[in-house]
Amino acid sequence: MPRLSAQMVERARDMIALYPHARSALIPLLHLAQEQDGWVTPEAMEHIAELLDLTPAEVRGTATFYDMLFLEPTGKYLVSICTNIACLLNGAYELLEHAEEKLGVKAGATTPDGNFTIEEVECIALCGSAPCLAVNWRFFGNVSNDGFDHLVDELAAGRLEGDVPPHGTLCRVRRAVGLVGGAPHDAVVEPVQEHTPVEEQH
Amino acid sequence: MAVDVPQPIVTRRFGLHESWTLRTYLDNGGYDGLRKALAMSRDDLVENVKTASLLGRGGAGFPAGQKWSMLRKAEPVYLVVNGDESEPATFKDHQLMVTDPHQVVEGALICAFAVGAAQAFIFVRGEFALGLERMTQAVNEAYEYGAIGRDIFGSGWSIDLVVHPGAGAYICGEETALLESLEGKRGFPRIKPPYFPAAIGLYGAPTVVNNVETVSNLPWITLNSGDAFAAMGEGRSTGTRIFSLSGRVNRPGNYEVEMAKTTFRDLFYDERFGNGIRDGRELKAFIPGGASAPWFGADKVDMPLDQDEVGKAGSMLGSGSIVAMDDTTCMVRAAWRITRFFHHESCGQCTPCREGAGWVDKVMYRIEQGAGREEDLDLLLDVCDNIAPGLSWPPQQTTICVLGPSIPSSIVSAIRMFRDEFLVHIKEGACPFT
Repeated sequence: MPRLSAQMVERARDMIALYPHARSALIPLLHLAQEQDGWVTPEAMEHIAELLDLTPAEVRGTATFYDMLFLEPTGKYLVSICTNIACLLNGAYELLEHAEEKLGVKAGATTPDGNFTIEEVECIALCGSAPCLAVNWRFFGNVSNDGFDHLVDELAAGRLEGDVPPHGTLCRVRRAVGLVGGAPHDAVVEPVQEHTPVEEQH
Repeated sequence: MAVDVPQPIVTRRFGLHESWTLRTYLDNGGYDGLRKALAMSRDDLVENVKTASLLGRGGAGFPAGQKWSMLRKAEPVYLVVNGDESEPATFKDHQLMVTDPHQVVEGALICAFAVGAAQAFIFVRGEFALGLERMTQAVNEAYEYGAIGRDIFGSGWSIDLVVHPGAGAYICGEETALLESLEGKRGFPRIKPPYFPAAIGLYGAPTVVNNVETVSNLPWITLNSGDAFAAMGEGRSTGTRIFSLSGRVNRPGNYEVEMAKTTFRDLFYDERFGNGIRDGRELKAFIPGGASAPWFGADKVDMPLDQDEVGKAGSMLGSGSIVAMDDTTCMVRAAWRITRFFHHESCGQCTPCREGAGWVDKVMYRIEQGAGREEDLDLLLDVCDNIAPGLSWPPQQTTICVLGPSIPSSIVSAIRMFRDEFLVHIKEGACPFT
């Protein structure tokens, strides 16, 4: 399995430079690893640890907490179907069941050709168009069973590559400038002298 | 049902051609608020927001101006804008970031200037791929335009703004978990006290954390004055607010309406908003402020969208998401699905939440599946009582953050309001709605 490519390392270094402390770039870098390989490989995590001066265990410790980061391979298209309350009230489980039937695999599994992984997800904030889903985090709302079949057929035929890019939520995100406003690097934080507890917020 | 709809504030550019571009933004008053702010004193800016009585739009409803005034006197100060919108049925920040990202940037800059921040971050939920693109593109354009960076608009003030992606964890909407995540760690909420990041926040420095919709109001408030904002609404619930309406209504969507002057009934039935319940059905119950909020029965439909009124009635406006459930909705199933959500999203630090959520999820599920027992209802309430003793509102807390105490909301609401439905599931050994 590959480490991060030279091009990815360049993007990674640009990202690290945006933060007062390098470790803040850890999650963005994990997104880069997933963009490159479709999942976060052990080798990529070791490489990220080197780049951030962390241990591989620290990298893994963070990576395992987050739902978007996959520590094993997924299909080319990750189909994330929301079944939370707003979608539930609009037929989400019927859609999920239909999706499982159409693709021939259960939620959590990948089709044998490696094209599609279905997952059931929590609310993805498109509740005005329930039921909704995302494919590689590109959103589709008001999805009917027929609409789902059409979507899958188009994806399988390679006709939606402009709308649904490969893995990596940052794959089309490019920041044009570094820090120019004099942000504090390796900021030294003054020790706390004292503080008055304020009333608890609810 | 003839509620007045004032000129929108934060959604006023929705629907404009390429509303997310700098060109459209500038053609429609963009960055005028920042220009005005840079000519004002910091104290005046903070006072203006206090006058506006701008309550935080993220969920807790804490007054933004007060939050800014609580900063510990130390350098550096950071600003973090919370765009990790994950409360089920809330979809306003998503739309704000995708549709009008420059407004978020301008609001963040006004806040950063007012509090003297050294650097600002916009934490965008990782799933929002298009939101991340649009926010980053807006930041790129704003640097080029001179609104971010060195010597902004010739004022001598400089700042950098970084768009930061999350990676999928509801708990990171909790502000101390969000800061841990921004530091590259697991999203574990921090132990309180300190209660506010204003004392100890990002990298231990004093930090302001404000929601996307909250900062989106700042350009308008700066241009038009806090008094103009406070002239709308009533009491502490001033200005306008976006409500995310979903569920069994004909026209779900984000609607910006005047606080306190609009009722739940307006939102559900007015043809400009929900336009009634689907298929002419009856409203059965509704969630007034996100999955964490206790439910209201249809008898509460004439209550105004007023933070304090809803609080007094035993729930909250929370994140501004309102879910309509009708007479075809199985309340056991609805409550179970929300319970399962909390089980999935519990970070695992505190025993009552980690263990409690798992048990109530299992018990709710077996009732919904027709395998429940009558004593399960007392068992559920007992476990909920261990998570949030007293089952009152606002809830008592046995955990580091408010995720735990949010678990009982839907379960207790459903049992108290629809006990008969639970009993039918148990007696018939099946869900009567399927």
